[in-house]
Amino acid sequence: MKLTLRVWRQKNADADGAMSTYEVDGISPDMSFLEMLDTLNEGLILKGEDPVAFDHDCREGICGACSLVINGDAHGPERTTTCQLHMRSFKDGDTIDIEPWRASAFPVVKDLVVDRSAFDRIIQAGGYITAPTGAAPEAHATPVPKPDADFAFEHAECIGCGACVAACPNGAAMLFTSAKVNHLNVLPQGAPERESRVLDMVAQMDEEGFGGCTLTGECATACPKGIPLMSITSMNKEWLRATRKVSKR
Amino acid sequence: MTTYADYTTGEPVVDTKAPAGPINERWDKRRFEAKLVNPANRRKHTVIVVGTGLAGGSAGATLAEQGYHVVQFCYQDSPRRAHSIAAQGGINAAKNYRNDGDSVHRLFYDTVKGGDFRARESNVHRLAQISVEIIDQCVAQGVPFAREYGGLLDTRSFGGVQVSRTFYARGQTGQQLLLGAYQALSRQIAAGNIEMHPRTEMLDVIVVDGRARGIVARDLITGKISTYFADAVVLASGGYGNVFYLSTNAMNSNATAIWRAHRRGAYFANPCFTQIHPTCIPRTGDHQSKLTLMSESLRNDGRIWVPKAKGDDRPPNRIPEDERDYYLERIYPSFGNLVPRDIASRAAKNVCDEGRGVGPGGQGVYLDFADAIKRMGRKAVEAKYGNLFDMYQRITDEDPYEVPMRIYPAVHYTMGGLWVDYDLQTTVPGLFAIGEANFSDHGANRLGASALMQGLADGYFVLPATINDYLARNPHKDEVGDDHPVVQEVLAETEDRLNLLLSVDGDRTPDSFHRELGELMWEFCGMARTDSGLRKALERIPQIREEFWRRIKVPGTGEEFNQSLEKANRIVDYLELAELMCLDALHRSESCGGHFREESQTPDGEAARKDDEFGYAAAWEFTGTGEAPTLHKEDLVFEYVHPTQRSYA
Repeated sequence: MKLTLRVWRQKNADADGAMSTYEVDGISPDMSFLEMLDTLNEGLILKGEDPVAFDHDCREGICGACSLVINGDAHGPERTTTCQLHMRSFKDGDTIDIEPWRASAFPVVKDLVVDRSAFDRIIQAGGYITAPTGAAPEAHATPVPKPDADFAFEHAECIGCGACVAACPNGAAMLFTSAKVNHLNVLPQGAPERESRVLDMVAQMDEEGFGGCTLTGECATACPKGIPLMSITSMNKEWLRATRKVSKR
Repeated sequence: MTTYADYTTGEPVVDTKAPAGPINERWDKRRFEAKLVNPANRRKHTVIVVGTGLAGGSAGATLAEQGYHVVQFCYQDSPRRAHSIAAQGGINAAKNYRNDGDSVHRLFYDTVKGGDFRARESNVHRLAQISVEIIDQCVAQGVPFAREYGGLLDTRSFGGVQVSRTFYARGQTGQQLLLGAYQALSRQIAAGNIEMHPRTEMLDVIVVDGRARGIVARDLITGKISTYFADAVVLASGGYGNVFYLSTNAMNSNATAIWRAHRRGAYFANPCFTQIHPTCIPRTGDHQSKLTLMSESLRNDGRIWVPKAKGDDRPPNRIPEDERDYYLERIYPSFGNLVPRDIASRAAKNVCDEGRGVGPGGQGVYLDFADAIKRMGRKAVEAKYGNLFDMYQRITDEDPYEVPMRIYPAVHYTMGGLWVDYDLQTTVPGLFAIGEANFSDHGANRLGASALMQGLADGYFVLPATINDYLARNPHKDEVGDDHPVVQEVLAETEDRLNLLLSVDGDRTPDSFHRELGELMWEFCGMARTDSGLRKALERIPQIREEFWRRIKVPGTGEEFNQSLEKANRIVDYLELAELMCLDALHRSESCGGHFREESQTPDGEAARKDDEFGYAAAWEFTGTGEAPTLHKEDLVFEYVHPTQRSYA
């Protein structure tokens, strides 16, 4: 396959960026999208040009590092991570636009690499259960109903890639935040910190400069792990409940 | 005559610091004898932790919780992305919830046997003891393990064992355990107990007056090289499987931290013990950048086969039952498809070498779920393995519900690593290695679902207990700073190395060298090794190294985000480590576990150990690039599990 790529190039966080056009040839349909970019970069290095910087690591769809907007879609046309997207999803002769995540809370580091540390700070605000090492009760002491365990798992699957933010017209981080809130709040182990967790995480999310949620639903459509849109509704319920409970104290 | 550096034999390693006495009392005894640091004094101690995977993440969180000042590093943009996240199948623990005859002793026994009697008994027994606490800890953190309808934890079976002791979270156990550790870590970062440096890569370790006192690290965004000082340094930087270029490791997983530590005096043990995982998706072409694992748990329900006839290229569904060879079930009737990884991998290689492999290039075998779907129904199979099937379909464009999966072995894990004593301390005082970065628990072959167990045992429980002893006994005397001559020297060496890489301006990319080295290692130091092959590799590696320094091309500068420079610098270390791996493989002229020397096999093609000659761990001391390293042998004493020829028939 022969392709034309239009790629966002930006030297560093302070520099201005622009789209640059490249041609790549000899692309196999079995290549992953990132292997196609490897091919581009090998050529650029040999020509003495700066290769395109992009985040990637596990290349099996679980670490959450890869983060490209492809033809306007976060992670491209398939519902998966960029690293699991294969070139068979494109046609010979296609022109492909490749951009970084676009959100004011995710500043560009270089080219297609962005800074997602805001997500870490949301987790630090309360996305955990306080369980000091060694102090844990026997695992079977508290049975967890299977539906609750499954609900927790379904939300715990979030890989923190940020596609939800990139896809949202408002740049909101509600799906990411709600996934963690729901994972922990449904479990009996998470109950003691149930209120502070949701209040603190939502407050941190706002502080990071993510946009507001208008329930557009683009986030859930872009999510490679299928975190459902209802996750946001569940978190809103948790938040309301927590506000009322805390104000009564 | 050899053209590569041979080795010399030095003093054996005699003291591993494991206490004497009955094996089930040793860990208690060590914990009691270990000196403690007064809680009020812990703040005054700084501990550096490199890596945020299961071992590093759990260690950082626990040490910070104990009151130490922790400075932690990872090369990823967030500690949540460490490659432990990709572990699929599960984590072992001797809970005996199934009442199927499991016990701490059985887990200990299975692990020593699975490791083909090349692991240290004391360490393995401790691991089995701690396994039970790990599950409690993770459940308390909110790790959403699979549960049964009664609300209790579910388990499944894994290779090399006959009990059901593997706890799991669908096909994403590593992800869930890692996020548990990451969340514990996040809590400590928020509390100000951990100073976290993401996108920062360790490039060297600082050893002053024979003790580890800090590291040199590069900020990957600005390129700035800085020093960090501490009272102890913990390496949790993972394994070195990427020396093979193609592996199931993450693209950026690398050996630099442990190799640099080795160069500064830490012995490297059993470097040739690498695990080739039997169930990976076969490669499709030269563009391949990495290989993807299909969890071993699939072998619970999938049946592995190849056609009986050579060159049978009919589609799998057209090959009648009696023309299929379910070779694992045939050769190993009692363990069947659940034999340990090294055995399953070698068996796959053998049938492919016979010309009975399937798929492109005949480099594959079938993993068939037709029977499981018939027996359990498609729904049940989907619930158990759905995400793995989806992943397979995305990569290969084939539907595993309709046609059997094609799988082939790939490099997955490295049992070798920095030599550590019972306290997980390397031969450099104050330098500790935990998780895959050390060598101690898996011998010559790791059983499935044991890596997660070891990473978390080391990080949550072992290191936090033993590091106290070191810190209490070694109050640091003088502050070390950038003006110390040793520090200046290490800094200068690091900067010179990066500058040299940038200045060669040759005509070959970093990847082209990495690929070349990887292919060489796969051919000669992969699933089957021979004396002549290893000698060939040992002659070739120094040539590649020489060519590398003549022809490498790294664009850009060191003062910016430069992924090519990161890669090239890691390859510098692979090019030295590869040589040691081959030398280790050459010197160990026996077969054991994942190390299969064609010269040493039983009449029916199984690995033949030579316990009298090689019943030791090989701890190598660095003497200089291209110089003959010194071998120190740690004799392995088996008091509880008597070494026998492993039998899974």
